[in-house]
Amino acid sequence: MDAPQSGELARVGKSVVIKGEISGSEDLYVDGAIEGSIDLRSHSVTIGPNGKVKASVSAKSIVVQGKVDGSLTASDRLDLRKTAVVTGDVTTQRIAIEEGAFLKGKVDIQKEAGKGTATS
Amino acid sequence: MASVSNLMKFFRSSSNQDAASATPQKLSRRSSGVGEISRVLNSQEGLCVLDIGATSANNIRYFTDHGHKSYSDDLLRASLEPGLRVQDEAGASVDSKKFLDENLVYPNGQFDIVLLWNLPDYMEESLVKPTIDRLWSQLKPGGLLLAFFHTRDAGPDSTCYRYHVTGTDMLEMQQVKFALPGQSEKRSPRLQRVFNNRHIENLFHDFASIKFFLARDNIREVLVVR
Repeated sequence: MDAPQSGELARVGKSVVIKGEISGSEDLYVDGAIEGSIDLRSHSVTIGPNGKVKASVSAKSIVVQGKVDGSLTASDRLDLRKTAVVTGDVTTQRIAIEEGAFLKGKVDIQKEAGKGTATS
Repeated sequence: MASVSNLMKFFRSSSNQDAASATPQKLSRRSSGVGEISRVLNSQEGLCVLDIGATSANNIRYFTDHGHKSYSDDLLRASLEPGLRVQDEAGASVDSKKFLDENLVYPNGQFDIVLLWNLPDYMEESLVKPTIDRLWSQLKPGGLLLAFFHTRDAGPDSTCYRYHVTGTDMLEMQQVKFALPGQSEKRSPRLQRVFNNRHIENLFHDFASIKFFLARDNIREVLVVR
Protein backbone atom coordinates (compact mmCIF):
# COMPACT_ATOMS: atom_id res chain seq x y z
CA MET A 1 0.00 0.00 0.00
CA ASP A 2 1.30 3.44 -0.87
CA ALA A 3 2.15 6.15 1.58
CA PRO A 4 -0.36 8.98 1.81
CA GLN A 5 0.31 11.86 -0.58
CA SER A 6 0.41 15.28 0.96
CA GLY A 7 2.49 18.42 0.93
CA GLU A 8 4.32 17.94 4.21
CA LEU A 9 5.12 14.32 4.84
CA ALA A 10 8.07 12.82 6.67
CA ARG A 11 8.77 9.23 5.82
CA VAL A 12 10.57 6.53 7.79
CA GLY A 13 11.53 3.87 5.27
CA LYS A 14 11.49 0.12 5.64
CA SER A 15 15.12 -0.25 6.60
CA VAL A 16 15.19 2.64 9.09
CA VAL A 17 15.29 2.01 12.84
CA ILE A 18 14.75 4.91 15.23
CA LYS A 19 15.00 4.86 19.01
CA GLY A 20 13.88 7.98 20.85
CA GLU A 21 11.27 10.72 20.82
CA ILE A 22 9.74 11.98 17.58
CA SER A 23 7.83 15.26 17.47
CA GLY A 24 7.17 17.82 14.75
CA SER A 25 4.66 19.71 12.65
CA GLU A 26 4.11 17.56 9.59
CA ASP A 27 2.48 14.25 8.79
CA LEU A 28 4.51 11.10 9.31
CA TYR A 29 4.56 7.80 7.45
CA VAL A 30 6.36 4.96 9.22
CA ASP A 31 7.29 1.82 7.35
CA GLY A 32 10.34 1.08 9.47
CA ALA A 33 10.88 0.46 13.18
CA ILE A 34 10.43 3.02 15.93
CA GLU A 35 10.97 2.56 19.62
CA GLY A 36 10.17 5.42 22.00
CA SER A 37 7.40 7.96 21.44
CA ILE A 38 5.73 9.80 18.56
CA ASP A 39 4.01 13.10 19.30
CA LEU A 40 2.43 14.90 16.34
CA ARG A 41 -0.76 16.20 17.90
CA SER A 42 -1.89 18.39 15.00
CA HIS A 43 -0.93 15.96 12.25
CA SER A 44 -1.48 12.44 11.05
CA VAL A 45 0.64 9.35 11.59
CA THR A 46 0.42 6.34 9.30
CA ILE A 47 2.06 3.08 10.33
CA GLY A 48 2.67 1.29 7.02
CA PRO A 49 2.33 -2.45 6.45
CA ASN A 50 6.00 -3.03 7.27
CA GLY A 51 6.00 -0.64 10.22
CA LYS A 52 6.89 -1.93 13.67
CA VAL A 53 6.28 0.65 16.35
CA LYS A 54 7.02 0.09 20.00
CA ALA A 55 5.98 3.47 21.25
CA SER A 56 3.16 5.63 22.51
CA VAL A 57 1.71 7.54 19.57
CA SER A 58 -0.22 10.82 19.84
CA ALA A 59 -1.59 12.48 16.70
CA LYS A 60 -4.68 14.07 15.23
CA SER A 61 -5.37 10.99 13.15
CA ILE A 62 -3.64 7.62 13.14
CA VAL A 63 -3.81 4.90 10.50
CA VAL A 64 -2.34 1.50 11.36
CA GLN A 65 -1.49 -1.11 8.76
CA GLY A 66 1.47 -2.65 10.59
CA LYS A 67 2.34 -3.59 14.14
CA VAL A 68 2.08 -1.34 17.18
CA ASP A 69 2.99 -2.18 20.74
CA GLY A 70 2.03 0.85 22.81
CA SER A 71 -0.77 3.29 23.46
CA LEU A 72 -2.46 5.18 20.61
CA THR A 73 -4.09 8.57 21.19
CA ALA A 74 -5.85 10.13 18.21
CA SER A 75 -7.63 13.39 18.91
CA ASP A 76 -9.77 12.92 15.80
CA ARG A 77 -9.76 9.47 14.22
CA LEU A 78 -8.09 6.05 14.44
CA ASP A 79 -8.15 3.62 11.50
CA LEU A 80 -7.11 0.03 12.04
CA ARG A 81 -6.67 -1.56 8.63
CA LYS A 82 -7.01 -5.30 8.04
CA THR A 83 -3.30 -6.02 8.58
CA ALA A 84 -3.08 -4.01 11.82
CA VAL A 85 -1.85 -5.69 14.98
CA VAL A 86 -2.20 -3.38 17.97
CA THR A 87 -1.35 -4.25 21.54
CA GLY A 88 -2.07 -1.32 23.81
CA ASP A 89 -4.79 1.04 24.95
CA VAL A 90 -6.38 3.36 22.42
CA THR A 91 -8.08 6.70 22.97
CA THR A 92 -9.89 8.47 20.16
CA GLN A 93 -13.07 10.24 19.13
CA ARG A 94 -13.78 7.99 16.19
CA ILE A 95 -12.50 4.53 15.38
CA ALA A 96 -12.74 2.38 12.26
CA ILE A 97 -11.69 -1.24 12.37
CA GLU A 98 -11.37 -3.35 9.23
CA GLU A 99 -12.16 -7.04 9.20
CA GLY A 100 -8.98 -8.89 10.21
CA ALA A 101 -7.46 -6.19 12.39
CA PHE A 102 -6.21 -7.33 15.78
CA LEU A 103 -6.59 -5.14 18.85
CA LYS A 104 -5.68 -6.08 22.36
CA GLY A 105 -6.35 -3.37 24.91
CA LYS A 106 -8.75 -0.84 26.27
CA VAL A 107 -10.76 1.35 23.91
CA ASP A 108 -11.71 4.76 25.20
CA ILE A 109 -13.98 6.74 22.90
CA GLN A 110 -13.85 10.40 23.90
CA LYS A 111 -16.95 12.03 22.58
CA GLU A 112 -17.09 15.63 21.44
CA ALA A 113 -20.45 17.40 21.65
CA GLY A 114 -22.30 14.11 21.88
CA LYS A 115 -20.56 12.65 18.84
CA GLY A 116 -18.43 9.52 18.80
CA THR A 117 -18.60 6.56 16.50
CA ALA A 118 -16.96 3.27 15.79
CA THR A 119 -17.33 1.94 12.28
CA SER A 120 -16.25 -1.18 10.49
CA MET B 1 9.33 -26.06 19.46
CA ALA B 2 6.46 -27.57 17.57
CA SER B 3 6.08 -26.61 13.93
CA VAL B 4 3.25 -24.53 12.53
CA SER B 5 1.91 -27.70 10.94
CA ASN B 6 0.89 -28.89 14.41
CA LEU B 7 -1.51 -25.99 14.53
CA MET B 8 -3.34 -27.12 11.44
CA LYS B 9 -5.58 -29.44 13.47
CA PHE B 10 -7.22 -26.28 14.73
CA PHE B 11 -8.28 -25.29 11.25
CA ARG B 12 -10.75 -26.71 8.80
CA SER B 13 -9.26 -28.09 5.61
CA SER B 14 -10.29 -26.45 2.37
CA SER B 15 -13.59 -27.72 1.08
CA ASN B 16 -16.34 -26.85 -1.32
CA GLN B 17 -18.14 -25.23 1.56
CA ASP B 18 -15.16 -22.92 2.09
CA ALA B 19 -15.06 -22.08 -1.58
CA ALA B 20 -18.74 -21.26 -1.53
CA SER B 21 -18.22 -18.96 1.44
CA ALA B 22 -15.16 -17.15 0.09
CA THR B 23 -16.96 -13.92 0.85
CA PRO B 24 -17.80 -14.08 4.54
CA GLN B 25 -21.54 -13.96 4.93
CA LYS B 26 -23.17 -12.17 7.82
CA LEU B 27 -26.15 -13.79 9.49
CA SER B 28 -28.39 -12.36 12.16
CA ARG B 29 -29.79 -14.15 15.17
CA ARG B 30 -31.62 -13.28 18.34
CA SER B 31 -29.70 -13.87 21.57
CA SER B 32 -31.31 -14.22 24.98
CA GLY B 33 -27.89 -13.95 26.63
CA VAL B 34 -27.12 -10.65 24.91
CA GLY B 35 -30.61 -9.50 25.92
CA GLU B 36 -29.73 -10.11 29.58
CA ILE B 37 -26.37 -8.36 29.16
CA SER B 38 -28.05 -5.39 27.46
CA ARG B 39 -30.46 -5.03 30.37
CA VAL B 40 -27.46 -4.54 32.67
CA LEU B 41 -25.71 -2.21 30.22
CA ASN B 42 -28.85 -0.08 29.95
CA SER B 43 -29.45 0.14 33.68
CA GLN B 44 -25.94 1.04 34.88
CA GLU B 45 -23.17 3.42 33.91
CA GLY B 46 -19.41 3.16 33.61
CA LEU B 47 -19.19 -0.62 33.44
CA CYS B 48 -16.03 -2.42 32.27
CA VAL B 49 -16.73 -4.85 29.44
CA LEU B 50 -14.19 -7.37 28.17
CA ASP B 51 -14.86 -8.69 24.66
CA ILE B 52 -12.82 -11.81 24.04
CA GLY B 53 -13.90 -12.37 20.45
CA ALA B 54 -12.32 -11.07 17.26
CA THR B 55 -11.99 -7.29 17.34
CA SER B 56 -15.39 -5.81 16.48
CA ALA B 57 -16.07 -2.13 15.83
CA ASN B 58 -19.79 -2.86 16.31
CA ASN B 59 -19.23 -4.12 19.83
CA ILE B 60 -16.92 -1.25 20.76
CA ARG B 61 -19.54 1.20 19.51
CA TYR B 62 -22.35 -0.59 21.34
CA PHE B 63 -20.55 -0.52 24.68
CA THR B 64 -19.04 2.95 24.44
CA ASP B 65 -22.31 4.47 23.17
CA HIS B 66 -23.88 3.22 26.39
CA GLY B 67 -21.15 4.98 28.38
CA HIS B 68 -19.15 1.89 29.27
CA LYS B 69 -15.47 1.02 28.94
CA SER B 70 -14.58 -1.53 26.29
CA TYR B 71 -11.63 -3.91 26.36
CA SER B 72 -10.73 -6.15 23.41
CA ASP B 73 -8.67 -9.31 23.64
CA ASP B 74 -8.85 -11.82 20.78
CA LEU B 75 -7.85 -14.89 22.76
CA LEU B 76 -8.47 -17.51 20.08
CA ARG B 77 -6.00 -15.87 17.77
CA ALA B 78 -3.56 -15.28 20.62
CA SER B 79 -3.77 -18.96 21.64
CA LEU B 80 -2.55 -20.05 18.21
CA GLU B 81 0.78 -18.23 18.45
CA PRO B 82 3.39 -20.84 17.49
CA GLY B 83 5.65 -19.66 20.33
CA LEU B 84 3.18 -21.06 22.87
CA ARG B 85 3.39 -24.60 21.60
CA VAL B 86 5.50 -27.16 23.40
CA GLN B 87 6.36 -30.73 22.52
CA ASP B 88 6.45 -33.19 25.38
CA GLU B 89 6.05 -36.94 25.85
CA ALA B 90 2.29 -36.64 25.50
CA GLY B 91 2.63 -34.83 22.17
CA ALA B 92 2.14 -31.21 21.18
CA SER B 93 0.27 -28.92 23.52
CA VAL B 94 0.06 -25.28 24.51
CA ASP B 95 1.93 -23.86 27.47
CA SER B 96 -1.00 -22.54 29.53
CA LYS B 97 1.27 -20.76 32.01
CA LYS B 98 3.03 -18.84 29.26
CA PHE B 99 -0.32 -18.13 27.61
CA LEU B 100 -1.70 -16.60 30.80
CA ASP B 101 1.54 -14.70 31.42
CA GLU B 102 1.00 -12.96 28.07
CA ASN B 103 -2.80 -12.72 27.95
CA LEU B 104 -5.63 -11.69 30.28
CA VAL B 105 -3.20 -9.61 32.28
CA TYR B 106 -5.69 -7.41 34.15
CA PRO B 107 -6.19 -6.63 37.84
CA ASN B 108 -8.49 -8.88 39.82
CA GLY B 109 -12.07 -7.65 39.92
CA GLN B 110 -11.60 -5.41 36.88
CA PHE B 111 -14.63 -6.36 34.79
CA ASP B 112 -18.39 -6.20 35.18
CA ILE B 113 -19.09 -8.17 32.02
CA VAL B 114 -17.05 -10.69 30.02
CA LEU B 115 -18.15 -11.84 26.58
CA LEU B 116 -16.46 -15.17 26.04
CA TRP B 117 -18.59 -16.06 23.00
CA ASN B 118 -17.69 -19.49 21.54
CA LEU B 119 -14.04 -19.53 22.61
CA PRO B 120 -14.16 -22.69 24.80
CA ASP B 121 -15.34 -24.82 21.87
CA TYR B 122 -12.46 -23.77 19.63
CA MET B 123 -9.61 -23.32 22.08
CA GLU B 124 -6.89 -25.85 22.90
CA GLU B 125 -8.17 -28.13 25.69
CA SER B 126 -5.32 -27.32 28.09
CA LEU B 127 -6.21 -23.61 28.02
CA VAL B 128 -9.95 -23.76 28.65
CA LYS B 129 -10.11 -24.29 32.42
CA PRO B 130 -7.16 -22.01 33.28
CA THR B 131 -8.75 -19.28 31.15
CA ILE B 132 -12.13 -19.63 32.90
CA ASP B 133 -10.38 -19.57 36.30
CA ARG B 134 -8.48 -16.41 35.35
CA LEU B 135 -11.70 -14.75 34.18
CA TRP B 136 -13.40 -15.65 37.46
CA SER B 137 -10.67 -13.68 39.27
CA GLN B 138 -10.97 -10.72 36.93
CA LEU B 139 -14.75 -10.43 37.17
CA LYS B 140 -16.22 -8.37 39.96
CA PRO B 141 -18.48 -10.20 42.42
CA GLY B 142 -21.88 -10.22 40.72
CA GLY B 143 -20.24 -9.76 37.31
CA LEU B 144 -21.64 -11.56 34.26
CA LEU B 145 -19.98 -13.86 31.75
CA LEU B 146 -21.65 -14.96 28.53
CA ALA B 147 -20.45 -18.01 26.61
CA PHE B 148 -21.81 -20.02 23.70
CA PHE B 149 -21.47 -23.80 23.47
CA HIS B 150 -22.36 -26.10 20.61
CA THR B 151 -24.78 -28.93 21.27
CA ARG B 152 -23.91 -32.52 20.41
CA ASP B 153 -25.72 -32.14 17.10
CA ALA B 154 -23.02 -29.80 15.86
CA GLY B 155 -20.47 -31.44 13.58
CA PRO B 156 -16.72 -30.74 13.52
CA ASP B 157 -17.19 -28.52 10.49
CA SER B 158 -19.60 -26.20 12.28
CA THR B 159 -18.74 -22.69 11.22
CA CYS B 160 -16.74 -20.65 13.69
CA TYR B 161 -18.37 -17.24 13.99
CA ARG B 162 -17.40 -13.91 15.39
CA TYR B 163 -20.23 -12.00 16.98
CA HIS B 164 -21.21 -8.39 16.52
CA VAL B 165 -23.83 -6.92 18.83
CA THR B 166 -26.27 -5.02 16.63
CA GLY B 167 -29.17 -4.44 19.01
CA THR B 168 -30.56 -5.09 22.45
CA ASP B 169 -30.84 -8.82 21.83
CA MET B 170 -29.55 -9.12 18.28
CA LEU B 171 -26.26 -10.48 17.00
CA GLU B 172 -24.69 -10.47 13.59
CA MET B 173 -22.56 -13.55 12.97
CA GLN B 174 -19.61 -13.52 10.62
CA GLN B 175 -17.42 -16.49 9.78
CA VAL B 176 -13.98 -16.32 11.39
CA LYS B 177 -11.04 -16.83 9.08
CA PHE B 178 -7.46 -15.86 9.67
CA ALA B 179 -3.97 -16.83 8.64
CA LEU B 180 -1.45 -18.34 11.00
CA PRO B 181 1.77 -16.38 11.53
CA GLY B 182 3.97 -16.88 8.48
CA GLN B 183 1.14 -18.23 6.33
CA SER B 184 -0.89 -16.40 3.74
CA GLU B 185 -3.92 -18.68 3.41
CA LYS B 186 -6.79 -17.79 5.69
CA ARG B 187 -8.62 -20.65 7.33
CA SER B 188 -11.53 -21.11 9.64
CA PRO B 189 -10.93 -22.64 13.09
CA ARG B 190 -12.26 -26.14 13.66
CA LEU B 191 -14.62 -27.13 16.46
CA GLN B 192 -12.41 -28.88 19.01
CA ARG B 193 -15.01 -30.53 21.21
CA VAL B 194 -18.59 -30.40 22.42
CA PHE B 195 -19.21 -29.86 26.12
CA ASN B 196 -22.26 -31.46 27.67
CA ASN B 197 -24.25 -29.66 30.36
CA ARG B 198 -22.36 -31.36 33.17
CA HIS B 199 -19.01 -30.37 31.72
CA ILE B 200 -20.20 -26.80 31.42
CA GLU B 201 -21.39 -26.77 35.01
CA ASN B 202 -18.01 -28.13 36.13
CA LEU B 203 -16.23 -25.52 34.06
CA PHE B 204 -18.10 -22.76 35.89
CA HIS B 205 -18.10 -24.54 39.25
CA ASP B 206 -16.71 -21.53 41.12
CA PHE B 207 -19.37 -19.14 39.85
CA ALA B 208 -22.43 -18.27 41.92
CA SER B 209 -25.08 -19.15 39.35
CA ILE B 210 -25.47 -20.48 35.84
CA LYS B 211 -28.32 -20.05 33.37
CA PHE B 212 -28.78 -21.92 30.07
CA PHE B 213 -30.61 -20.59 27.02
CA LEU B 214 -31.23 -23.07 24.25
CA ALA B 215 -31.08 -21.64 20.75
CA ARG B 216 -32.25 -23.15 17.48
CA ASP B 217 -28.87 -23.23 15.79
CA ASN B 218 -27.27 -26.04 17.87
CA ILE B 219 -25.98 -23.49 20.36
CA ARG B 220 -26.52 -23.23 24.10
CA GLU B 221 -26.03 -19.77 25.47
CA VAL B 222 -24.69 -19.83 29.01
CA LEU B 223 -24.84 -16.84 31.32
CA VAL B 224 -22.94 -17.17 34.59
CA VAL B 225 -22.71 -14.82 37.53
CA ARG B 226 -19.52 -14.52 39.55
